[in-house]
Amino acid sequence: MSDPLLSIRDVRKYFPIRQGLLQRTVGNVHAVDGVSFDIEAGEAVGLVGESGCGKSTLSRCVMRLIEPTSGKILYKGEDISGIPHGEYWRRVQMVFQDPRSSLNPRLTIGYSVGEPLIVRGASKEEVRSRVTALLETVGMNPEHFGRYPHEFSGGQRQRLLVSKALITDPEFIVLDEPTSSLDVSVQAKILNLLNKLKRERDLTYLFVSHDLSVIKHMCDRIVVMYVGKVMEAAPKNELFEETLHPYTRLLFDSIPKPGTRHEREMMGQEHIELPSNIDLPPGCRFCQRCPQAEERCSEEAPELVEVSPGHLVACHHAG
Amino acid sequence: MADFLLEIRRLRTYFYTYAGVVKALEGVNLRIHEGDIFGVVGETGCGKSVTAQSILRLVPNPGRIIEGEIIFKGRDLLRLSEEEMRREVRGKQIAATFQDPSTFLAPSHTIGEQLRDIIKANADDPKSFDGKTLTERVVQALDKVNLPDPERVAGQYPHELSGGMRQRSMIATGTSSTPSLFIADEATTFLDVTIGAQILRLFQEMNRRDGTTILIITHNLGIVGEICNRVAVMYAGQVVESCATDELFEEPMHPYTVGLLSAIPRLDREMEELEEIPGTIPNLIHPPEGCRFNPRCRHAMDVCREAQPGMFEVFEGHYVSCHLFDEEGEDNE
Repeated sequence: MSDPLLSIRDVRKYFPIRQGLLQRTVGNVHAVDGVSFDIEAGEAVGLVGESGCGKSTLSRCVMRLIEPTSGKILYKGEDISGIPHGEYWRRVQMVFQDPRSSLNPRLTIGYSVGEPLIVRGASKEEVRSRVTALLETVGMNPEHFGRYPHEFSGGQRQRLLVSKALITDPEFIVLDEPTSSLDVSVQAKILNLLNKLKRERDLTYLFVSHDLSVIKHMCDRIVVMYVGKVMEAAPKNELFEETLHPYTRLLFDSIPKPGTRHEREMMGQEHIELPSNIDLPPGCRFCQRCPQAEERCSEEAPELVEVSPGHLVACHHAG
Repeated sequence: MADFLLEIRRLRTYFYTYAGVVKALEGVNLRIHEGDIFGVVGETGCGKSVTAQSILRLVPNPGRIIEGEIIFKGRDLLRLSEEEMRREVRGKQIAATFQDPSTFLAPSHTIGEQLRDIIKANADDPKSFDGKTLTERVVQALDKVNLPDPERVAGQYPHELSGGMRQRSMIATGTSSTPSLFIADEATTFLDVTIGAQILRLFQEMNRRDGTTILIITHNLGIVGEICNRVAVMYAGQVVESCATDELFEEPMHPYTVGLLSAIPRLDREMEELEEIPGTIPNLIHPPEGCRFNPRCRHAMDVCREAQPGMFEVFEGHYVSCHLFDEEGEDNE
């Protein structure tokens, strides 16, 4: 079998907490705590979880914006820490969450989008022709080349960010909550655009979001994270039809669903907050909120095991 | 017709900016029955938050309520003096919570101190409270919103609490006096889904236990489907459709509602491509002539570009503001 496009192997990222005059490390925030999964070429993998689950930290590790504390990320079998940044970022690009703060207000759209080409010494004509072509691809007007970010709406800016990510002709794009700041009608347009681009350009996506319905619409496979660890990973339909982990089920049940009203019992936890990822419980991270928790769960952390082909789950009760 | 707890008639709120007059609300009509969980749904700039602010008469500068009636329990709130509004309505009969709870809680006072002030201010006879009963009332209020360990929370500062707990404390400030109407303006937008679900359930509980009427302002149709029994869809400063929630999802009528419903990715069905509503929301300084949705509407007719549609009752209790339904229903304005 050939290597997967991207392979995350036991990646950990701890942020030290420093205190006192000498700034001694008094503890660690375990943002990502031993995560492994693969992304095959042409796939769209969804990474879902609540705030603080480590999904953004992991995507930043994949983008090499931060170095993981330990573990490896392989791109086509090659350790990414050995690939020069410029080379890596030509193949892997990212679209950020907030389209308002991700474009430099003082630079024209043409410059912002075409910057990677300018850095590589492309001629003015080449930059202009490539950027205008891309602007059309994402549904913008080529005349927007010389305008500034403040002249555009949130949805248009998100389109610009997509075109900025496409300028280097990447193979793999990390999408970090690309639509969470947008209205639903605008979101629909961006999601359709992303799907179209994926088909036309054979892209691979890592789609990070807290919105399961968006993830379901966009992705082939879903990875559910909770407080730094993978709880369940499975192909989309299997995850929805044969949910194994109690946290995944809680997540499904918690989403307010459009449609006619139906009374549903939510799971039996009233007011428990997410555990802090500084002092971690020794057992399963979800055990305080889990309705099925027993003694074993609070003592021994469950391993992530494959219960059926492609379906992994970390729970003592599954499989 | 039955009496309404709150009836808004032809409300117009404008904002006087340097660039021109922003017609944020242009003739909003809403009728909320006692005991409803009523949802107002719409996208950015549709005027749903301004509606909430207008009800409380807390429209920020440079906004002004131009005309209309807001009849709450038989009284027109727009005719009350500021003093009456403050003493009798705000906080006491109508309470509210807003999107970002951290900006509405004072950072330098504990939750208990803030609640104590509010309870005292809302009491008919503030002097009748001694310290002990006041503390009891504070703990009760916090307990009512399902905060764990209310005594401890009362002694904590807002920054020591998580987002969900802060939102609950904020709700506690509103519900400490058992208001008849509670306005939740995007109350769960900043929260995680599992925490948001708990807050929604809390609203349901308030509605069932205390009979509080709840007005939920949201952009999320899921929240509407989950807990509201009636809903109004707003677009560009007007209510375009208003009906029972089930009918909205089964039989949406206004072209905008139809578009909105097919634009959201759904968990319960498979969709190849999401529907797109062409165009963008109009500029409210120069809104389009006629129906405000006409430039984006695929059914737009000549009349849509010329005249504003009235509110038509197509079925009993199902109101649509669209020329397509002109003949089917009678004009209800």
